[in-house]
Amino acid sequence: MPYRLGVDVGGTFTDLLLIDEKTGQTSMAKVPSTPADQSKGVLIGIERVCAAAGIDANEITHVMHGTTVATNAILVLGGAKVGLVTSKGYGQVLQIARSFVPGGLGGWIIYNKSIPLAPLELTIEADERMSAKGEVVRRLDEGDLVRKLEKLKKKGIESLTISLVNAYVNGENERKVRDVARRVLPDIPISISSEVIPEMQEYERTITTVANSYVAPVVRRYVRNLHGELSRKAKNVQLHILRSDGGLASVDASANYPVNLLMSGPAGGVAGAIWIAKQSGFKNLLTFDMGGTSTDVCLVQKGVAQLRRETTVGDVTVRASSVDVRSVGAGGGSIAHVPELTKALRVGPQSAGADPGPAAYGKGGEQPTVTDANMVIGVIPDVQRLGGEMPLDRKKSEVAVQKIADALGLPLMKAAQGIIDIVNENMFGALRLVSVQQGFDPRDFALVAFGGAGPMHANALGKLINSWPVIVPPSPGVLCAYGDATTRLRDEASQTFIRKFPDTTNGEVQKILERLQERAAKALDAENVPRKDQSSSYQIDIRYSGQGLVLTIDIADLKDFKKNGLETIAKKFDAIHTQMFTFALTLPHELVNLRAVVQGKAASVKAITVGKGSKDPKAAKIGSQKLYADGKIVNATVYDRKRLKAGNRVVGPAIVLEMDSTTLILPKHYGEVDRVGSILIRPLN
Amino acid sequence: MPVTIVQKNKKAFKKTKVDPITLDVIESALRSARFEMDAVLFRTAMSPGIREQHDEFPMIANREGKMVVGQFGSFIYGFKEAYHGTIEEGDLFLTNDPYSCGGAISHLPDWLCLLPVYRNHRLVAYAAMFGHMTDIGGKVPGSLPTDAHQIYEEGIMIPPTKIYKGGKLQSDILELILHNCRLPHWNRADFNAIIAALRTAEKRILEICDRFGDDTFDSALAMMLDRNRRAMKHLITTNIPEGKKSYFEDYICDDGVGMGPYKIAATMWREGEKQIWDFTGTDPQSISSVNFYLNEEMFKMFVGVFMIMVFDPQILFNDGFYDLLEVRIPAGCLLKPMKPAALSCRTHALGRIFDIMGGLLGQGAPDFLNAAGFSDSPHFMYSGYDKNGEWYQLYQIGFGGIPGRPFGDGPDGHSLWPAFTNVPNEFLEAYFPLRIDVYESITDTGGPGLHRGGNGVSIGYRFLEPGEISVHDDRWLTYPWGVNGGLPGGRSTKKLVRRNGTEELLPSKCDHIKVDEGDILYFNTWGGGGWGDPFKRDAKLVAADVERGLVSREGARRYGVVLTADGAADQRATEELRARLTKERGDIKLFNFGGTIDELKARCKAETSFEPPKAPVFQKWHQVAARRLRAAE
Repeated sequence: MPYRLGVDVGGTFTDLLLIDEKTGQTSMAKVPSTPADQSKGVLIGIERVCAAAGIDANEITHVMHGTTVATNAILVLGGAKVGLVTSKGYGQVLQIARSFVPGGLGGWIIYNKSIPLAPLELTIEADERMSAKGEVVRRLDEGDLVRKLEKLKKKGIESLTISLVNAYVNGENERKVRDVARRVLPDIPISISSEVIPEMQEYERTITTVANSYVAPVVRRYVRNLHGELSRKAKNVQLHILRSDGGLASVDASANYPVNLLMSGPAGGVAGAIWIAKQSGFKNLLTFDMGGTSTDVCLVQKGVAQLRRETTVGDVTVRASSVDVRSVGAGGGSIAHVPELTKALRVGPQSAGADPGPAAYGKGGEQPTVTDANMVIGVIPDVQRLGGEMPLDRKKSEVAVQKIADALGLPLMKAAQGIIDIVNENMFGALRLVSVQQGFDPRDFALVAFGGAGPMHANALGKLINSWPVIVPPSPGVLCAYGDATTRLRDEASQTFIRKFPDTTNGEVQKILERLQERAAKALDAENVPRKDQSSSYQIDIRYSGQGLVLTIDIADLKDFKKNGLETIAKKFDAIHTQMFTFALTLPHELVNLRAVVQGKAASVKAITVGKGSKDPKAAKIGSQKLYADGKIVNATVYDRKRLKAGNRVVGPAIVLEMDSTTLILPKHYGEVDRVGSILIRPLN
Repeated sequence: MPVTIVQKNKKAFKKTKVDPITLDVIESALRSARFEMDAVLFRTAMSPGIREQHDEFPMIANREGKMVVGQFGSFIYGFKEAYHGTIEEGDLFLTNDPYSCGGAISHLPDWLCLLPVYRNHRLVAYAAMFGHMTDIGGKVPGSLPTDAHQIYEEGIMIPPTKIYKGGKLQSDILELILHNCRLPHWNRADFNAIIAALRTAEKRILEICDRFGDDTFDSALAMMLDRNRRAMKHLITTNIPEGKKSYFEDYICDDGVGMGPYKIAATMWREGEKQIWDFTGTDPQSISSVNFYLNEEMFKMFVGVFMIMVFDPQILFNDGFYDLLEVRIPAGCLLKPMKPAALSCRTHALGRIFDIMGGLLGQGAPDFLNAAGFSDSPHFMYSGYDKNGEWYQLYQIGFGGIPGRPFGDGPDGHSLWPAFTNVPNEFLEAYFPLRIDVYESITDTGGPGLHRGGNGVSIGYRFLEPGEISVHDDRWLTYPWGVNGGLPGGRSTKKLVRRNGTEELLPSKCDHIKVDEGDILYFNTWGGGGWGDPFKRDAKLVAADVERGLVSREGARRYGVVLTADGAADQRATEELRARLTKERGDIKLFNFGGTIDELKARCKAETSFEPPKAPVFQKWHQVAARRLRAAE
């Protein structure tokens, strides 16, 4: 009997979801995460979930896994010692970068730039040159290169990037350099820019390829270890890692192109939100994942997450497709402060993190955080435990928030509400960024809230952005595992093809797209996905000739492309351009990139349902709580989420508790529990 | 005020009390709107100057025209002073004439668009933005003639014009303007992009009004301005000693027609809560195009931003503090030239203003003093007809070394201008007949110091088509000075290597230089000054800089650091050398200018191969006119 397994490794818990591929039935397990070696926790979890389902691990055929290993390597600067080969004259490409200094006029006064991921002392220049048209204008000087590579070898590099000027047009010289490097440095991973990201702009291509080299050894080690251990438990298992763009990558692809995994974690969350919201009948979504230090938001249209061709981790931004998750430094641990000079209330981006954490944690934190503000106004009842275990200290929160109240000359409750309003406003900004700023009307979307703090703020965010219902799915951890398990195998092949429309033909473009499709399909063949289960789609990135932006246009069907493909694309582009920017131009359109995406079949998964109940939720009621809302103290009813049944209608003010999250339903709103246990919050009238 | 504001709805705004939370919410919303303006512009503009380099500035102001979010201060006061028509609902103004808006923009390539935002037929705010157009006609491609004597030589002049009237584009006017530009399709796209950004701001402003009500919005903006005023007042009174006058002068090296250097002098002091900046002593206006029409309000913003960044970067800045500053600029001087003085190459004096501010403010608080930075935005222009007979034209801004600062080393080859970025070389090679042979920072050009100044940049442009180039740069004669013991950064140079191997140095400012296929121009910018005693810099850091090629082995000795054969710092030799050099140096001075102007001129020929510029000759007419103006006042 084949089973597939979704695994999400979070900061605290590792969640696993096992799916019987025939019946769609699921089993779950939750075990503590093991940050030093994440695979340990995963393996323990597998034992646990197999036991729960009563199956032998050998019956698992596919493991789908979202991981933060690559992300963490960059965040804690724990990656490899990367050597870099550039073209002659370009050794300082990362040192100079784009010359950009953040922070507005005068920002240079306080800006300190960090050392590049591949530092100058590990950078060498190859004597060669490619023209912008892809002709070799100077042949590679191999002898010179060997001498320079020997020096890098002595310096003990652990990984190598080759990124030469104009390699996006023709990677010939990069491959030649690689051949030489393999002879000199046979044992280290080599990334070349024309394979990792064959796109114009030398800095962006280089930093992306260097980031790939930087995380490659650690990701390689992790993925191969895990795969090895898994294979010992389950003989026929195939391991897949969730990519930043929401697709799945094989073990080899993950090891070779780990730069594509930097958003693997958030992508799992978004995929899970998509899946669970679909069970409730919603496909147009704003996802809202609020954790301790930051909040991630993403827009989902017709069940598909928006993608963007850029990924940012810490202060590194690379060109790699990822679900368009925007982060703001606003979370439960964000610290509130009132600067002496302006007397303005500011919240974040500094965070108390998990240690010492908010004052309420009683771990020595004294600074007022968003969580403390929630404690003060009563959103978090006394009975709630942190992670289901640790009690929270309301007094300590009050002392911390009082400092803000004093600085602002406001009563305690007002100050606490102020902190929450400001942090909501910051998150509202992020939601606007992915919706209105991209030309989407948030009223056409439902808001899906998850993450440790998400369900506390979701109702208020719904009010601000006017997205209803606000969906609060059950058990936020499992959500990501659902996402992992329900993701489809996916591969894409793309090519930069800069042509003004008059300079190409429908036939030529179609041919290239077909070739790309074949390339991507072969990757899925290698994963044993039969062609009949593969589905293909196509995208074209275009702009007005001379513009910097590109917009991605989907091609529904390649069959008709020959007839008037480009013409239709041009019309679509004009319409979107007008929608986004208020105008269209009469300049020629220009192709930039062509792309084919091939996907495997989606797994059929049955959601776990909750039993049916009546409209009245009184069976789940466990108490009441004083809550500050709309400027006054009200009595909120407290419910136990485990006992809520489908059909229950919870009228605000109300607080719904479960082990790892707290849902707030505001006055004049109600939450309806549906079949799968999601709470759908809407205004009362 | 000559301008008449027409509002069908005459209802006065009610002053309401806005709680601090709502105030912060409105402030964040406006800030997001301003960033959204940038995003829309970058995505839809077409000239590399705007879309890649971000030579543009957005702003949102309250209904009085006071900037609440933005960076260059309000463009609206000057406009309202100088414009004699009406402002009506549905209007959108375009101007590029500094003389018609009190210098709110300072040369003709900057196109300023200004949108009064109405709600319920009542003016509630302004959105404005200007962007630098690659070409607006005139005597030289790029429209920045170094040798212009009158503004009429510098391209089309657009007085404040209702380019939209009653919400309708006045296309006849737009076409007339575009007809005068060498690259009309870029101007059209960039113009459209600016309008799109303004419409975005308008939409956001109206949304905020919908959410909170017009009165709350209006009062909140007033409170934001007031909040900033309080903060600035505190900064001024705690950081600027009363009564004591500080003086500082710096120079632009030449005027492009063989004369220089030009002195910019400023005296600063505090009277009560008021800070006064007086530019008396600045040289008279130049006969060429290096004049900089400095708008007093814009200068206040520079000062405010500078003080905020130096002393307390948490403060958000707006126009609220303007009455705390008084700026005195004598008419007819380099910073307040009289029409029709040419203005196109004002970028050098504009940049130098920041060094002067730093030098003046830092004197009283050496711990906060930065060295001289990359106070310019040097331009490179290249144009001609390619093999297919098509016109190509490039305008590009260069970058150099950020100075050593109390906060740390200055980055190499970075921008002092907000949001500016370089143009990817692959982009240049794909769209222009160029190959960029070298793109690197120049070893040893950062001024040595406890915190090193950033290195300047060398770009090697190999030309693939015959054409003409222009070069606009400065600091080839005067040095980017060091402070608190830091040494000056290296100066700029321009070297043209002809295909046959002959080399020639180009002057810092020149137009119409003919180049041929295969020639290479090395456009070398300057480094940032050093901060603090270089002999106190960790010798290991110096060794690392040497290993990275940012400092040479020889250059390490300027830090008193001796390296062993394998590149490590030689502890003992370094200590000995440092002891000796410290003794020879004597007392540390606050500023190190690398010599007086007379000394620099005396060494000029030997060091730069150019004759020193001749002493500037000033005209009489504007001095007479300025006297008449003062008498009338």
